[in-house]
Amino acid sequence: MKTIDQYTYTEKKATRDGFGAGLHELGQKNPDVVALCADLVGSLKMNKFIDENPDRFFQVGIAEANMMGIAAGLAIGGKIPYTGTFANFSTGRVYDQIRQSIAYSHKNVKICASHAGLTLGEDGATHQILEDVGMMKMLPGMVVINPCDYNQTKAATIAIADHHGPVYLRFGRPGWPIFTDADQKFEIGKAWHMSEGSDVTLVATGHLVWICVEAAQALAKEGISVDLINIHTIKPFDEKAILESVTKTGCIVTAEEHNYLGGLGEAIAGVLARKAPTPMEIVAVNDSFGESGKPAQLLEKYGLSTNAVIKKIRRVLDRK
Amino acid sequence: MNQPELKNIASQVRRDILRQTHACASGHPGGSLGCTDFLTALFFEIMDHNPAFNMDAKNEDVFFLSNGHISPVMYSVLARSGYFPVDELNTFRNINSRLQGHPATHEGLPGIRVASGSLGQGLSVANGTALSKRLNGDDKTVFVLTGDGELQEGQIWEAAMFAAHYKLDNIITTVDWNGQQIDGPNDQVMSLGNLEGKWESFGWTVLKMDGHDFEDIINTINHAKSLRGQSKPIVILMKTDMGKGVDFMEGTHHWHGKAPNDEQLATALAQLEETLGDY
Repeated sequence: MKTIDQYTYTEKKATRDGFGAGLHELGQKNPDVVALCADLVGSLKMNKFIDENPDRFFQVGIAEANMMGIAAGLAIGGKIPYTGTFANFSTGRVYDQIRQSIAYSHKNVKICASHAGLTLGEDGATHQILEDVGMMKMLPGMVVINPCDYNQTKAATIAIADHHGPVYLRFGRPGWPIFTDADQKFEIGKAWHMSEGSDVTLVATGHLVWICVEAAQALAKEGISVDLINIHTIKPFDEKAILESVTKTGCIVTAEEHNYLGGLGEAIAGVLARKAPTPMEIVAVNDSFGESGKPAQLLEKYGLSTNAVIKKIRRVLDRK
Repeated sequence: MNQPELKNIASQVRRDILRQTHACASGHPGGSLGCTDFLTALFFEIMDHNPAFNMDAKNEDVFFLSNGHISPVMYSVLARSGYFPVDELNTFRNINSRLQGHPATHEGLPGIRVASGSLGQGLSVANGTALSKRLNGDDKTVFVLTGDGELQEGQIWEAAMFAAHYKLDNIITTVDWNGQQIDGPNDQVMSLGNLEGKWESFGWTVLKMDGHDFEDIINTINHAKSLRGQSKPIVILMKTDMGKGVDFMEGTHHWHGKAPNDEQLATALAQLEETLGDY
């Protein structure tokens, strides 16, 4: 295991690029993988897969409900469909199609959702969904994954092909530090213990993982030791990893680019309330819509910045 | 199978529909009775299908019931063609049953490949399975049935556009054109307008048939299958009477979602011969 100061990066790339790279590799490895897109091929970085596998790609036009049904039908025929559109149009817009034709019918469909959260930026709240994790994790049997960087997204994209059942894979738009290993093995449902610490447990998912690395590095300079955990799979959720960590530290902060209602923090709070009540703070959007702006400005304004994480950690330490 | 044999089966299927809905005092007999002749023809004459049931339907014809509320007719033809024991029909809509109010895969009922009931989704699923058949080099046909009121759902027209764009001539869609929906006649609730013109303008070949004439059903579907290779999906507008076969249920939306009571069941069953043995 690395120490917190060993996490660094030399390059930024978007998690959606990791999805595109993973899909491209899958296209070469698995002949059953097919892909669909609702008029956002460039945004989802699907071009390499399409170039090499034109017969296994289906452009559906701006018709997301139809796309979800088609994916279910392809799964019936033994294919492994990957659907691609923005997170907003992958979930809320098509919730009933996912619920009936995919989740309830237990279809092997991979719902791949880009541009999730505030970091979509300038397009504003119509496109910045902050409720998608909540909607998807409420569906029985749905696996929900929110990887943290390019490499992890690529690994997750490849790994979910081997899981039989519906998966929601959430990723984002902006260039983001690449700080995980290129050759990592992605294990669905298994938390990644990033660095050992004794004062506070810090659990993060998606883009907020890097922000938490920065927060933990800053606090380390003051002698505050952070036990940092990456929960990339929000469902099924690795309870054991969290419970072991809080037994050691006695307090916890969670961080996610999502509404606090229905998100990772709420899931962890539920587990802790039942099994190990622990002082806890949640870094998440405070039940609001987003707005237009630069990703960094939005993270700052909506309380998801490095400083916001540090503030919550100080607060939870006071409550210990 | 000759027409008298199909008529015999249909009579038993209608009895099954009435007895299923009566026993649980719920369900949708009207549309089920109206589609009985069509589903009987499909499952006992037209489709090449395997009651041993493989989910992937490779190298067999497949049928999707998009208007899932007419589950009693679906369950009856599945049971009567050997997908599961006929006796199981008496569990319809009961707790712990595989025969859910609307068809589902969740309890593992053979013959059901996707849940339906939330309307407008079946044609999209059929598109996907038609694509998978094309990818698999499987030349069998994908059949899908929708209600006419169901065509008010926007997703149907997304799916219609897609099937034409991808030249899915291995899909045969049938519309149960009984002119009725829960709140009354289509024309009062939400007019479907020129249905034939709508499908044609979406790039489909449109056929029509009488959903209570076995000869017409079989000939029309054979004709539809002969059009494979013309690169157009096919829709059959099927005229039916809701409640067909039971005089007091025919031609009204009143029995859309209402089960017969003891007396009504006795009156109805007296009009339908028990040909294959009640369960």
